[in-house]
Amino acid sequence: MALPTYDEVVAKWDPVLGLEVHVELNTQSKMFCSCATEFGAAPNTQTCPVCLALPGALPVVNEKAIESTILIGLALNCKIAPYSRFARKNYFYPDMPKNFQISQYDEPICFDGYVDVEIDTEEGPKQFRIEVERVHMEEDTGKSLHVGGATGRIHGADYSLLDYNRAGIPLVEIVTKIVPGTGKYAPEVAKAYVAELRDILRGLKVSDVKMEQGSLRCDANVSLKPIGSDVLGTRSETKNVNSLRSVERAIRGEMIRHAELLNEGKKVKQETRHFQEDTGLTRSGRSKEQAEDYRYFPDPDLLPVTPAATWIEELRATLPERPSLRRKRIKEEWNVPDKEMQAMINADVLDIVEATVLLGADPTKARTWWLGEISRIANDQNIAVTELAITPADVAELVALVAAGELTDKLARQVVEGVIAGEGKPAEVVAKRGIKVVNDDGALMAAIEKVCAEQAETAEKVRGGHLPAAGALIGAVMKETKGQADAARVRELLLGHLGQG
Amino acid sequence: MIRQSATQMAEALADGSTTSVELTKAHLAQIAAVDGQVKAFLHVDADGALAQASAVDAKRKSGEKLSPLAGIPLALKDVLAQRGVPTTAGSKILQGWLPPYDSTVVTKLKSAGLVILGKTNMDEFAMGSSTENSGYGPTFNPWDLTRTPGGSSGGSAAAVSAFEAPLAVGSDTGGSIRQPAALTGIVGVRPTYGAVSRFGLIAYSSSLDQAGPFGRTVLDTALLHEVMAGHDPKDATSINAPVPAVVAAAKSGDVKGMKIGVIKQLQGAGYQKGVQARFDESLQVLASLGAEIVEVDCPNFEYALAAYYLIAPSECSSNLARFDAMRYGVRTGDSDGASAEAVMSATRDAGFGREVKRRIILGTYALSSGYYDAYYGSAQKIRTLIIEDYAKAFTQADVLVSPTAPTTAYKIGEKVDDPMAMYLGDVATIPVNLAGICGMSLPAGLAEEDNLPVGFQIMAPAMQDQRLYQAGAALEAALLTKWGAPILSKAPVLAGGK
Repeated sequence: MALPTYDEVVAKWDPVLGLEVHVELNTQSKMFCSCATEFGAAPNTQTCPVCLALPGALPVVNEKAIESTILIGLALNCKIAPYSRFARKNYFYPDMPKNFQISQYDEPICFDGYVDVEIDTEEGPKQFRIEVERVHMEEDTGKSLHVGGATGRIHGADYSLLDYNRAGIPLVEIVTKIVPGTGKYAPEVAKAYVAELRDILRGLKVSDVKMEQGSLRCDANVSLKPIGSDVLGTRSETKNVNSLRSVERAIRGEMIRHAELLNEGKKVKQETRHFQEDTGLTRSGRSKEQAEDYRYFPDPDLLPVTPAATWIEELRATLPERPSLRRKRIKEEWNVPDKEMQAMINADVLDIVEATVLLGADPTKARTWWLGEISRIANDQNIAVTELAITPADVAELVALVAAGELTDKLARQVVEGVIAGEGKPAEVVAKRGIKVVNDDGALMAAIEKVCAEQAETAEKVRGGHLPAAGALIGAVMKETKGQADAARVRELLLGHLGQG
Repeated sequence: MIRQSATQMAEALADGSTTSVELTKAHLAQIAAVDGQVKAFLHVDADGALAQASAVDAKRKSGEKLSPLAGIPLALKDVLAQRGVPTTAGSKILQGWLPPYDSTVVTKLKSAGLVILGKTNMDEFAMGSSTENSGYGPTFNPWDLTRTPGGSSGGSAAAVSAFEAPLAVGSDTGGSIRQPAALTGIVGVRPTYGAVSRFGLIAYSSSLDQAGPFGRTVLDTALLHEVMAGHDPKDATSINAPVPAVVAAAKSGDVKGMKIGVIKQLQGAGYQKGVQARFDESLQVLASLGAEIVEVDCPNFEYALAAYYLIAPSECSSNLARFDAMRYGVRTGDSDGASAEAVMSATRDAGFGREVKRRIILGTYALSSGYYDAYYGSAQKIRTLIIEDYAKAFTQADVLVSPTAPTTAYKIGEKVDDPMAMYLGDVATIPVNLAGICGMSLPAGLAEEDNLPVGFQIMAPAMQDQRLYQAGAALEAALLTKWGAPILSKAPVLAGGK
């Protein structure tokens, strides 16, 4: 049987989602010790007796992490527990120094919240409410690198390298309730939810929220049930989803995989799956059929977390503008049409455009560059615009150069290519590539006369009042001047030359 | 010189009649002479001790103001991390580990100028009541070398009792300071939970563990208590409050008008005849000093042992998970092709002793899904009931008392194959740990039938540790008058020792 198409899947099956997002907080020190948390330090240089779990070492809670978690809970419309506890999640793995993870179990610090997201549907913009079951604190594990072996996993590896710099970094886990009723929009709703979370977290300044560095990670639970059924299907949990685009792809892929199994009368296995960035498919991981017993119990080394109600209210008062309101404000301030606004959100360029505008660029110009040429290059390379080697400062500089008449739009596109190719800042690329607008009317006139002589017949048509024919001549002049002329000036001079000025 | 109390030694140091180096050398000589018989020490740090002693002497010479115990030697239970000194918690799995950091207790000892002679033997990871569970062989009771000194801090207690050190540090999770103090005829105190930092104390059961002092007198013990205690931001369960005035209480030693509650459930049947007799005698002494003796009822103590043997193993099953051969300690089975899991498993199998494995398995079971409520959950409820029993009893009495242990020291090997019999020895000490309060054991004389020391236990509410010392000092003084000489003078002098 052939793989069903997505349309076939959603015609028959109704997806149910569940999303678990892990956020690394950007506190200066780790969750339970004073080690630094900076990303990218040499392996095992940010460790101490506590995060290496040396005998006798004890954890002490980072107050800042609690504050950040409460802020997240408040921003997600959660209730904040007046009393919650840390629990130990016991399991053996070499990258977890204590062989238990300090987490929260049945007493999370924040619970019962929601996030509203809006997506574009065939029937126009539509809002979905994602209910948040809980927000809790835990510590990150170390990083393992399994060397040798075919799979890159611990089984079959020749040896493994361990870096405990990440061990003990504060993590916040945001767990949704099951999300039913998204139908064929499930992948887009999930993506919009993660994007909204990311924007909220960025606004709170509690995390770097860089998916590519792992400071925001999403596990997507997907199951299918026949349309109209109340019985939930078996779910799979896809890990390693490291970009917004991957959230969408992973869910779509899992829906198709589940439907194929179900269509053939097979069962979906309850298991962990790993998303493969290159193929867009998932690979089977640990089977969860025999659920692991983590033997949770309250951590006796830590006191319960009992935030004062007054403190919670103080924190609530500091909450920043909600991303949805911000979008509304930006739309009005920049006077952006609906479609363009949605395009910016879909392309995930709002932040970068705003950064460019804050550097002095005209909002429309900034938007056009990021959404147009730069997004096109990113799509070609199959990466996010933020991963390209071009910054808001570069684009602001580019817009200024065009405004000053030193570049034409066409020339500016070459400069963008140069910047992305690593040739330097826009001014450097202009200098290196020898790009300049031909402003010398004399040179332009020489080219115009040459072209009109070569294409006398066309020139005659223009002279006779048939203006559309001028395009071919202008194109030829531009070619003659190697694209360095300002097309508008060429047109002006050409029409003047042919008595149409 | 080594038979003096720490207080007397401190006076001799202060008046210049001796030096810390002399004192340290005298104790190192005693260790060299008798520790082959007692085996109190796992590691003797002669160089480190002499260096610390001469540093203190130099400070004293230069006129620097020193703390009361500066220059006094001390034995440290091997459960506390000391930078650069082998620390094993009595386990083979940590053989050769050199901690890169000092526990907070060690930091405090060092800054008070105490001289750490070495690390003392203990039941592996403090699990046991006889020191026979040490991965390095048992410690022998200086009163009778065929008997155990109790445990788990048996090495520390034996060292003080054998005059190898005037003071020692132990840890008490279910009676591991008080019971060996009782069995070796010395004073031992388990402070209020949270009074002494657990940072650097290798965890057995986090909610029950507490380090505390040993001495040959109540005052010596108070002086060491004062050095060890105090708030520590590195331990989240550390109490942020002033240390109770234990030294002043030990000096005043007055029980006039004090209400002393005898716990009905902790006497009578199951207690050795000579133990009960000495306990009753001490009660009479206290009454004659003007204390009011009342009986209190703690009905839930019956379940204390059962609760303890669920909570402590549960916590230990998690606390000991870190010993996996990945980052420190011994590694076994790391041959070609062995997986990390296989190496962890082989190391833990070879490195842990039987009692440790028994408790890890018990605790793993008690915490597992489907059994949690019945075992760990119920045990926590009993814990609450015991706290309530104490709270009620402390409305009727200022301190509570009982024999420390049901028997005097038993023969090495006698209970090794009968864990239940061994566990029953902790019946009187465990309630204190479950409730997080404080307790002291001090010598009450010798049992008639075997001429071995009997311990008298005093208990006080949390952060009222001074009451232990106040009552203990009064009883100690009255008994000393009665006996004419300290109890340890009745112990046999060990071959070659002083």
